[in-house]
Amino acid sequence: MQQDIVRQKAFTRRALIFSGGAAALTTVLVGRLYYLQVISAHRYRVLADENRISWRLLPRTRGRILDRFGVEVARNRRNYRILLIPEQTPSVERTLFVLRSLVSLDDRDQRRVLRDAQRNASFMPVTVLEDLSWEEFARINVHMPDLPGVQPDVGETRFYPYGQSLAHPVGYVGPVSPEEQTGDPLLELPGFRIGKSGIEKAREKVLRGTAGNSQVEVNAYGRAIRELEREDGEPGRDIRLSIDMELQRFAHKRLGNEAGSVVVMDVHTGDVLALVSAPSFDPNAFNLGLSVEQWRALSRHPRAPLVHRAISGQYAPGSTFKMIVALAGLEAGVISTDHRVFCSGKIEFGDRFFHCWKKGGHGKLSLVNAIEQSCDVHFYDVARRVGIDRIGQMAKRLGLGVPTDIGVEGEKDGLVPSREWKRERLGQPWHQGETLVTGIGQGYLLVTPLQLAVMTAQIANGGFRVKPTLIAHEPQASVQQATAPPPREALGLSAGPLSLIHRAMDLVSNSPRGTAYRSRIRKPGMEIAGKTGTVQVRRITKAERQTRLLKNEERPWRDRDHGLFVGFAPFDSPRYAVAVVIEHGGGGASSAAPVARDVLAEVQRRDPGRVLAVGELVADETPTEI
Amino acid sequence: MAVRTSNNLSERRLTFVQRIWQLNWGLVLLIVITALIGFATLYSISGGSTETWVSRQLIRFGVGFTLMLIVAAVDIRFWLRAAFLIYGVALALLVAVEVVGTVGMGAQRWVDLGPFQLQPSEVMKIALVLALARYFHGIAHEDVAQSRRLVVPTLMVIIPVVLVLRQPDLGTALLLLIGAVSMFFLAGVRLWIFGAAIMAAVAAVPFAWHYLHDYQRERILIFLSPERDPLGAGYHILQSKIALGSGGVFGKGFLQGTQSHLNFLPEIQTDFIFTMLAEELGLVGALGLLALYVVMLIYAIAIALRSRNQFGRLLAMGIAATFFVYFFINIAMVTGLVPVVGVPLPLVSYGGTAMVTILVGFGLVMSVYIHRDVRLPRRAQTEEL
Repeated sequence: MQQDIVRQKAFTRRALIFSGGAAALTTVLVGRLYYLQVISAHRYRVLADENRISWRLLPRTRGRILDRFGVEVARNRRNYRILLIPEQTPSVERTLFVLRSLVSLDDRDQRRVLRDAQRNASFMPVTVLEDLSWEEFARINVHMPDLPGVQPDVGETRFYPYGQSLAHPVGYVGPVSPEEQTGDPLLELPGFRIGKSGIEKAREKVLRGTAGNSQVEVNAYGRAIRELEREDGEPGRDIRLSIDMELQRFAHKRLGNEAGSVVVMDVHTGDVLALVSAPSFDPNAFNLGLSVEQWRALSRHPRAPLVHRAISGQYAPGSTFKMIVALAGLEAGVISTDHRVFCSGKIEFGDRFFHCWKKGGHGKLSLVNAIEQSCDVHFYDVARRVGIDRIGQMAKRLGLGVPTDIGVEGEKDGLVPSREWKRERLGQPWHQGETLVTGIGQGYLLVTPLQLAVMTAQIANGGFRVKPTLIAHEPQASVQQATAPPPREALGLSAGPLSLIHRAMDLVSNSPRGTAYRSRIRKPGMEIAGKTGTVQVRRITKAERQTRLLKNEERPWRDRDHGLFVGFAPFDSPRYAVAVVIEHGGGGASSAAPVARDVLAEVQRRDPGRVLAVGELVADETPTEI
Repeated sequence: MAVRTSNNLSERRLTFVQRIWQLNWGLVLLIVITALIGFATLYSISGGSTETWVSRQLIRFGVGFTLMLIVAAVDIRFWLRAAFLIYGVALALLVAVEVVGTVGMGAQRWVDLGPFQLQPSEVMKIALVLALARYFHGIAHEDVAQSRRLVVPTLMVIIPVVLVLRQPDLGTALLLLIGAVSMFFLAGVRLWIFGAAIMAAVAAVPFAWHYLHDYQRERILIFLSPERDPLGAGYHILQSKIALGSGGVFGKGFLQGTQSHLNFLPEIQTDFIFTMLAEELGLVGALGLLALYVVMLIYAIAIALRSRNQFGRLLAMGIAATFFVYFFINIAMVTGLVPVVGVPLPLVSYGGTAMVTILVGFGLVMSVYIHRDVRLPRRAQTEEL
């Protein structure tokens, strides 16, 4: 009894100590709850909302690209897709098996679907097939009861109805690459496409519009439970090009299998009506992603179809440069309008000979006739008198060797050499002989076809600056408005020298001795004035000169000359300028001039300002032998 | 001897009904209220449905509640005599789990007994308290001071703790250990022994670390810096704190909790149910539940202090200690005070065995209350029934 009282006292003491400890620990719990739910409540409330609220981006329809007359050259096509939601089917394999009996689904696709189905949350749709035909899509819809988990879906893909014809200026869209990620979550959306080149890339922002977004409550697995808020965003705006799609297609076809480019410009507005580069590629192929083999075939193709030659192909201008040399001389007063030079087929300068393309020589020629017949000796003489500095200045004044800022990526600068340039880049002084070579548009000179077109337009319009543009000036511009010239900036060329150049270019095309006489347009009011150019890609050896020059057709393709032609029409009131470059096409008169002639005929025929019966021009034309 | 000195109620034999009548109805009411809070929370977790969790939990509570009343009515002398036997059965079951146990939730914890499954480690929680109460009841107060007298009870603790650790179930092992240490303390074991034991335990930490499972080590490491790995193993603690903290003072309202309903905390109906309650009912609700627990604890302690036999005192206080450790560790765990160790919230968490354990425990506490004036002799052979 006594003992139990001792025990009870001891127990009571210990029990009270224990209770005290429990009370202390309980106080800690209360303190902790107070800390979490009162002091930090706001912070956790924010975190809780971050947890449960998710922003879903709603990309809007990409703007269309139209030609100057509103013809769609890039639009959005319905993309019939098949999605699979793994949680809605008892067996993904089984569903795919049934699907295979309805549409072609290769092993690679099947593996990808199974992999994605495993990796993602089971309610996330997996893309099985894209770009199905309507028949296939309809067949799957009919068999829906046998295809648990399959969800037919209509998305949008970019479609370029004219394919290859306009591939370079418009460009193409494709999936976003890791380097193109900017942190914009829109770009991280699966299947999102952005412009990869051309206008699609340059005008990406306008075409894309503003993505809308939807604020949804999600659970821990990311499944949307309900929408809390929605903002629709803005669909992408359409872009109207200056390009005339029919002309573009005509020019592209006209180039045939040649590698080269055609540029057609309005000499007053700078509107580029055609910007053709050949060979080309199918921009639609990039949409769904190219296979490795397709990409390799395109990028390793010997004629480089991906290169936009019209703006990034750099060529020596050859004889098309002679207008610059003549203008430089006339403007500087170094030569007069009746400057005459005797051509014996070659001249000696320093310790070497400079040859004319015509072995026997042209005899005594005036400046105008020298341009008409493209006499090289004459221009060696003019160049020598004028000097490289003034030639270079005039070339740049007319837009050669200067980027035109046409607004799409990949434009090359070209090169107009100068003494300073040579000293800096090559560390050598300028030789007078190089001035002579520059005088006939060879040597270090490099220009792009677009620059040649700008040069020609500025000569044709009487010496006013034009800036080439691919975007139509006014979305609703009617023809009447377009013909009214906008305020113009004069290049400071005198009228006299310019009209001499015009006369000479007229003779090139319309005089029987002119180098492009065979590629003239006879229709009154549509006549061309132009200039041919032939550029050697390989130095002519002494041995060849002494025996016989191989004809272009006899040489391997790579060694053939580039053919060039620049021109404008109609001669009496210039409206359209053209520049044609045919790579390794042989002489400019035989390869480039006929293309330019046909393109200029087509653009004038299509001129909505002209009243011309369809077929009138064709009937009037005589076939030309080249 | 002392038996004959008074003629008060405790000396007489009571019928079953009389005993039930003697029940501490205040404690019964508190238990029912707490269980009701649990049902309401489960109802909210299942999105306003009784189908998912509530109906099954109701059945379990019914079974446990009946068991509690039966246990409460059984004469305390029976519990004294049966204490070692119950302990032996519980130990045998633990061994059985080791041999034939079903693997559930990644750990061997259950014995399949046909219609229902038994978690022997839960049974052991009660059995260990019973056995230790019986042991310390049986030795003289002076003997408790002798270290050699502590060898047997220490083994009685160590063996089941090791078995449970091997399952592996760190939470239950910890509960067993803390409950047992409390019993040692209450029985009057000298304080220096605790000091020595703590030092030994600290010295053993490197070895224990070696034997811990990877996920257990992970949990302890994550506990030390949960924000470093928000999507990995620290996810539970962080999400629990977000849900709880975002509840604020008055909560988001019943059925209005966003975090819990949107599954940011998986398996919230079991160990993390307090999070849900605190998110929806706020600090007010959380403290309300805590207050209920504290009042129940005070009831149990008062019953222990009031008991006139050492067995009853130790039993009631041991159950009280176990109960305290339960709710303290659970709430401390979901509020990020201690590592995540898989301890359910008593009477509220979904799960049958823990519910029954707690109710049977309270049944024993009530039995102690009903038989508070029964004097039990130290030695079993001198008992007169």
